[in-house]
Amino acid sequence: MDADVKKRLLREMLFARRFEERCYEAYVERKIGGFLHLYPGEEACAFGVLEAARPGHDYVMTSYRDHIHAIKCGVDPKAVMAELFAKVTGCSKGLGGSMHIFGVEQRFMGGYALVGGPFPLAAGIAKAIKMKGGDEISICFLGDAANNQGTFHESLNMAKVWDLPVLYICENNLYGIGTRIDRSTAVVDQYKRVAGYNIPSEQVDGQDVEIVYEAAQKAVEHVRSGKGPYFLELMTYRYRGHSMSDSNAYRPKSEERMWGERDPIIMLRDRLIAAGEITLDDYKTMDGEILETIEDEVIKFAEESPEPPPEMLEKYTLVENDPWVNGGAQ
Amino acid sequence: MSNIMFWEAIQRAHDEEMARDPMVICMGEDIAVAGGTYKATKGLYDKYGAERVIDTPISENGYTGLGIGASYLGVRPIIEIMSVNFAWLAMDQIFNTAAKVHYMSGGQLKAPIVVRSPGGTAHQLGAQHSARMEKVFMGIAGLRVVTPSSPRQAYGLLKSAIRCDDPVFINEHELMYNMKGEVSDEEFFLPLIGSEVTREGKDVTLFGYNISVHWCLQAADMLATQGIHAEVIDLYTLSPLDREGIAASVRKTHKAVIVEEAEPAVGVGSEVMAIINEECFYELDAPPVRVSAVNVPIPYNHTLEKAAIPSPQDVVKAVLKMFGK
Repeated sequence: MDADVKKRLLREMLFARRFEERCYEAYVERKIGGFLHLYPGEEACAFGVLEAARPGHDYVMTSYRDHIHAIKCGVDPKAVMAELFAKVTGCSKGLGGSMHIFGVEQRFMGGYALVGGPFPLAAGIAKAIKMKGGDEISICFLGDAANNQGTFHESLNMAKVWDLPVLYICENNLYGIGTRIDRSTAVVDQYKRVAGYNIPSEQVDGQDVEIVYEAAQKAVEHVRSGKGPYFLELMTYRYRGHSMSDSNAYRPKSEERMWGERDPIIMLRDRLIAAGEITLDDYKTMDGEILETIEDEVIKFAEESPEPPPEMLEKYTLVENDPWVNGGAQ
Repeated sequence: MSNIMFWEAIQRAHDEEMARDPMVICMGEDIAVAGGTYKATKGLYDKYGAERVIDTPISENGYTGLGIGASYLGVRPIIEIMSVNFAWLAMDQIFNTAAKVHYMSGGQLKAPIVVRSPGGTAHQLGAQHSARMEKVFMGIAGLRVVTPSSPRQAYGLLKSAIRCDDPVFINEHELMYNMKGEVSDEEFFLPLIGSEVTREGKDVTLFGYNISVHWCLQAADMLATQGIHAEVIDLYTLSPLDREGIAASVRKTHKAVIVEEAEPAVGVGSEVMAIINEECFYELDAPPVRVSAVNVPIPYNHTLEKAAIPSPQDVVKAVLKMFGK
């Protein structure tokens, strides 16, 4: 990977980390409501995969832990934060919230709050791509625990039967909410479960963005070249609980320390320092700039934006003024 | 005008729309090579091919979700769920995704899918193949629900549903696919909100939908011999219901009987009664009455099965009681 790309990825991942940490604070300040699922610890997954794909061209969807995937696809961080603040300038106009970030213009097709819900939706997007004959692919990020839903099995089966251009990314952070994977799942290596559907799959370190990038390049190439679906399992760890309402008391401290020592941002930073590409001071300066941007631009925009007007309550229940509701323009 | 069967009307609507728009596809269990359990997609596989006429695995939630995902990009899937009882398995994707995605994306995404599925009690199919689920679908915001009672409606509603940008559930009936009726040879569309006066009358309104329209018509014939002129209103859209049409007839007859094949609780009958209350309570000369199924899972035994659901005679009895006869 080119040094400039690595430096850009370092900045993007650090921005993602600080963005999410600021969400945590805003939640505690009650500026953000509902449920909030944060991404720190898992950054190398979204950035490594999407760096290897074509964000804004390829279609991406994920679960409710969705802020960062949207931002990497090109959704304005200000619009994401405004959505969390329930403002009309939010990317879903304040009607979706943290779990329903959408940026259709950037082909970020949404965050969904039913575990496993996106599996068939992403296959459907791939079906549409195939019908239209484009070179886009459909990328679906979900956690390991989603694989215990029926939709996992139903969708992998259909994706293979019809050889759809869909890439399933499993962010395996070892816990389904608070239940450790080996207590809920007969086969803990998720990529092995995919063999039953005759879909190629691989498991790699999800903490090293370069490893993720390389594995994703291979996966993306497979799918884009018309060879059908692919499944990539990324071994990762989230630093906080499942959501803000999760006390995170179920994980041994030794385990948290072990994963903390393999932080995706620190690993990339130290590698760049060792290679003489950046200094620690450069990094600190960058961090300061990022914090400033988040405060002065992102938070300010979210704070100062208006709430949705009352008439928006019913505006999007059904599509407005659809002529076929009245039997067409007859 | 042609006299065709219900399934032929559905097949014709599919065929015309698929010929017009290459983005219209149909999918479901046994609908392609086998032509559909009720023949509603007969011949389409040969004409449009495997990419657009798709035999799915028996994975109702999976293929419904796949159809929804495809619809985001402009594909117009017509999804046949072989029996409405199986639609329970697809409720996650229908309710959690199709009905909500337009709203929760702030209007960015649309899910223009059509889900067609037959319900109702048929010939001793037992508890798990005799569900009447329209009441469940019509209670969910973000979804349109229609239910044809004739080949003409089956054609006209499906045509509009395919072109409409909202998700539409079409509630059909196991027993009605071979029912014949007149359908114009000219292309036409029915509105996705409305009702029809199927028979004019002045003394009492019988509200029916889908198969119960036919029970109402038979009851109206019997009542006419006793000098009671019943009006029959066909509620072919269940969500939204035609409030104006319902109120207009009650203002004329001042009496209302709602006939439904489903269990009474939280259903079409209770909803129509609520609308009558809200729109025209003071026009009533008698309390509205429901004629509904008995509140049981449908039994296998033929006699008990018949006893579980309403009949035209039950409708006549309810009306006569209302008239003090």
